[in-house]
Amino acid sequence: METVIEIKHLEKSFDQLAVLTDINLKLERGENLAILGKSGTGKSVLTKCIVRLVQADKGEILVLGNDILKMDDEQLNETRKKVGYLFQGGALYDSMTVRQNLEFQIRRTQMEKKKKELRELVEESLENVGLADAINKMPAELSGGMKKRIGLARTLILKPQIILYDEPTTGLDPVTSGEISELILQVQEKYNTSSIIITHDMKCAKMTANQLKIMKDGKFYAEGTFSQLSESDDQEVKAYFS
Amino acid sequence: MEALKENIVGSLNRFFTEVGNILLFTGQVIRQFFSAPFEFKELIRQGYYIGNKTLPLIAITGFIMGLVLTLQSRPVMVDFGAESLLPGMIAISIIREIGPVITALLCAGKISSGIGAELGAMKVTEQLDAMEVSGAKPLNYVVATRVMATTILVPILVFFADAIGLFGSFAALNMREDISLRLFFSQAFDSLSFADVIPATIKTVFFGFFIGLIGSYKGYTADRGTESVGLSANSAVVTASLVIFIIDLIAVQISELIYGF
Repeated sequence: METVIEIKHLEKSFDQLAVLTDINLKLERGENLAILGKSGTGKSVLTKCIVRLVQADKGEILVLGNDILKMDDEQLNETRKKVGYLFQGGALYDSMTVRQNLEFQIRRTQMEKKKKELRELVEESLENVGLADAINKMPAELSGGMKKRIGLARTLILKPQIILYDEPTTGLDPVTSGEISELILQVQEKYNTSSIIITHDMKCAKMTANQLKIMKDGKFYAEGTFSQLSESDDQEVKAYFS
Repeated sequence: MEALKENIVGSLNRFFTEVGNILLFTGQVIRQFFSAPFEFKELIRQGYYIGNKTLPLIAITGFIMGLVLTLQSRPVMVDFGAESLLPGMIAISIIREIGPVITALLCAGKISSGIGAELGAMKVTEQLDAMEVSGAKPLNYVVATRVMATTILVPILVFFADAIGLFGSFAALNMREDISLRLFFSQAFDSLSFADVIPATIKTVFFGFFIGLIGSYKGYTADRGTESVGLSANSAVVTASLVIFIIDLIAVQISELIYGF
């Protein structure tokens, strides 16, 4: 198995507050890893460190074999193109239509493409998330679930090797949450991506993840498969499955 | 006493940190002016937005500025028997100082706050982060285009405000005495030289640059949370206005050194 992300002894503090302490993690190609934990335990900070949206204080973050902390701007941009990031609210550019959101991603990050080729790419990405009809809508006209799907389509258009999902089902009804979880699986199967899924939603974790890690106070407290953790005697771990 | 000392040291520390951060941001933005890809369409869109939305405000204010300045100066000039110097005096006042500064302050209020709020909202909703993580260079696409647009547009808006201001002055003078448009503008332009126009124009380029830059900086560095959007807008206006006066002060000193006035 090829390791796509490897984190060694990662530490991050904000002023005097230690948010991440001695984090170690390995993500293999084709693997889906769910990270669980209460709010404020540092889950989102961890994913932001992986793409250097937040600068880590110590440690190593190897993404596709290269240490992201030692890259210059050009190398960082190239690596970021291979790592998709789905934000909690979708983070669609609200001054652009859905089509423009997707086209923008290609236009700004890749070589010029012919109009026809660009249109096909956009349509394919939207079909992948089941929202081909929304192509001319503005983000303000979309529901929360639709925004996340479009956000995922925008991520997929760059054909990333790794996708980081920041709470993909938070704020959605159970049916839509299930659809998003299903979509995460479909994407992984179709594109053989590796994913880290930050979530509070146990159903989503059960459906999508091969491995689970539970964070507590900026550290990994427990790890294993869903069935291993669900049978744990540890009260802290049990609380997630009750 | 100790608390006061700590307060002062803390405030100075914050001030110099902010100045340092703005300088760093300025360097990054200037670098983006010369780095690919150049977003010409976005520059035109921002230019249109900035110019189109600000033009009516600038026109009304410019007209009133010229009108009031003339109405208030005329009685003194009449007392001194120097009424014929009024168009020249008004022209120099408007073109050298009042036009650029008033227009820049209006632009700080309208444009800088708008950019601050827009970028602040983009930051809060993680749109800037989304651009950053996908390698779309938000500093290049979002910030550089806005700063370039204000740098180009503010001098044009000032030129427009100056012209409207002179028309306002002519209207005010025409209310009190019989003067033709040709005579008014002939007297106004006779008293102007390049030494009046060039420094005034150069400083408006700097006004425009900093109006865009401060608004972008405040929005780009906004904290998370909706409250920070309002704070960014507010802080952008205050800081940009202060910077306009500082630039004006420096420009006057330099003009005095070069032209001797």
